[in-house]
Amino acid sequence: MRRALVVLAALLVPLLVGCATPMPQGTGDLGVVVERARGALAVVNTSTRQVLGQIEGLGDLSHASVVFARDGRIAYVFGRDGALTKVNLLTRRVEVRVMQAGNSIGGAISQDGTLVVAQNYQPGGIKAFDAQTLALLADIPAEFAPGRLSRVVGLADLPGRRFIYSLFDADQIWIADLSDVGQPKLTRFTQIGRQPYDGLVTPDGRHYIAGLFGEDGLALIDLWDDKPQVRRILGGYGRGQEPLPVFKMPHLRGWAVAGRHAYLPAIGRHEVLVVDTETWNEVARIAVAGQPVFVMARPDGRQVWVNFAVPDYSRVQVIDTRTRQVVRTLEPGKAVLHLEFTPRGEAVWISSRDANRVSVIDTERFTTLAALDVDAPSGVFFTSRAARIGF
Amino acid sequence: MRAMALLLPGALMSAAALAQDTPSAARQHELVRLVRQDCGSCHGMRLTGGLGPALTRDVLAERSPKSVAATIFHGRPGTPMPPWRSMLSESEAAWIAEQLVAGFPTEGQGVR
Repeated sequence: MRRALVVLAALLVPLLVGCATPMPQGTGDLGVVVERARGALAVVNTSTRQVLGQIEGLGDLSHASVVFARDGRIAYVFGRDGALTKVNLLTRRVEVRVMQAGNSIGGAISQDGTLVVAQNYQPGGIKAFDAQTLALLADIPAEFAPGRLSRVVGLADLPGRRFIYSLFDADQIWIADLSDVGQPKLTRFTQIGRQPYDGLVTPDGRHYIAGLFGEDGLALIDLWDDKPQVRRILGGYGRGQEPLPVFKMPHLRGWAVAGRHAYLPAIGRHEVLVVDTETWNEVARIAVAGQPVFVMARPDGRQVWVNFAVPDYSRVQVIDTRTRQVVRTLEPGKAVLHLEFTPRGEAVWISSRDANRVSVIDTERFTTLAALDVDAPSGVFFTSRAARIGF
Repeated sequence: MRAMALLLPGALMSAAALAQDTPSAARQHELVRLVRQDCGSCHGMRLTGGLGPALTRDVLAERSPKSVAATIFHGRPGTPMPPWRSMLSESEAAWIAEQLVAGFPTEGQGVR
């Protein structure tokens, strides 16, 4: 007994010393960078521009994505292998991990922060989890015909514990109302256009836009309508020309909106399409250096930054939204996979997979403020996403 | 129907290309990386599938390397699979197809 106490004391002393030193920490300037090959996250600080440490053991993180609880302390990581992992950025520990599907592509968190939802390819559908425990609360297969499940893309949260998503194999958009999670209510929109590949909710939560792979144009829903309907925007933007090969699917999210205009990647054309969100008419198209993948507005909407699919993926271009011209072409490192602005946009963090580097770039002067060593970095996610609809 | 789409481009591949110029060791290394990393954006880094189908040995067991090579080189119209001919030669596509059917090497692992 005495011996056990001594052992216990010996264990506790370093623990107590360890606890006494760190100051309480905020989370507003934290973020994570996915180290896709290692199956780990690098936890970063956007004020000091440092890697604080790693969270490991997260499985197959090719195409991993992350959403944040609104305390900015908890991140939910959706892995390709179907794992959903709840991690704590302050302790840098895994808190809960569940294998929820065979093949997953991302997720979302409800407006009130209580539900985390995964979108899955295999089995096709969405699943809703308790944000605290990751207990499964609802399983909604994307069964569009008897026995046939569609891969789900373009999942986003809507106000009121609702989620909207697109069915790649069924040309449909569904809304799942999980206000009573035990009894999900589904609204289905059919024949929305061929092969929706991703979707976005505008920052005000009003419009959902699904990009279409199978045809020129995008599908738009005004969610504020009493009877929401799908309409086509930017129809026929390819003007009948043979599309160029698409070596990587673009990604859509609310970052597309800069002021009253949305900047959207064309499919099979080396162009960014600009649409007026009041009229939904095309107002411009901007020639860029390759097939756009991420087209992201700086938080103030003054600039839009674009990266590209292989083989043009060593470049990043900057569009000035006032003139709608490309004003800068940067080459931060080979295989740029993602970019993320700091909460107010004075800097952008750019991951270059093959350079094993994340570059922090001043968005006014285009100077490199820091270069961080990160192993095969892909997605960069900052906790400021926690406060935005559709992220 | 699917099989047709696969066979047709297959017929177009020149026999000479399939008769193998094996890529150099350095190029093989690049090709392994290309498949794992860039094909991986749709097929998964572990080739277990995503928007594109899984490309593991089990899944490809029924497929001939020739038809896989044709899909890589010419793409698959009507699906997101693009033709890779701007980035690969026919013999490189054939080499990748053979490796896939045999079980694709991981990066840093010796290529058979």
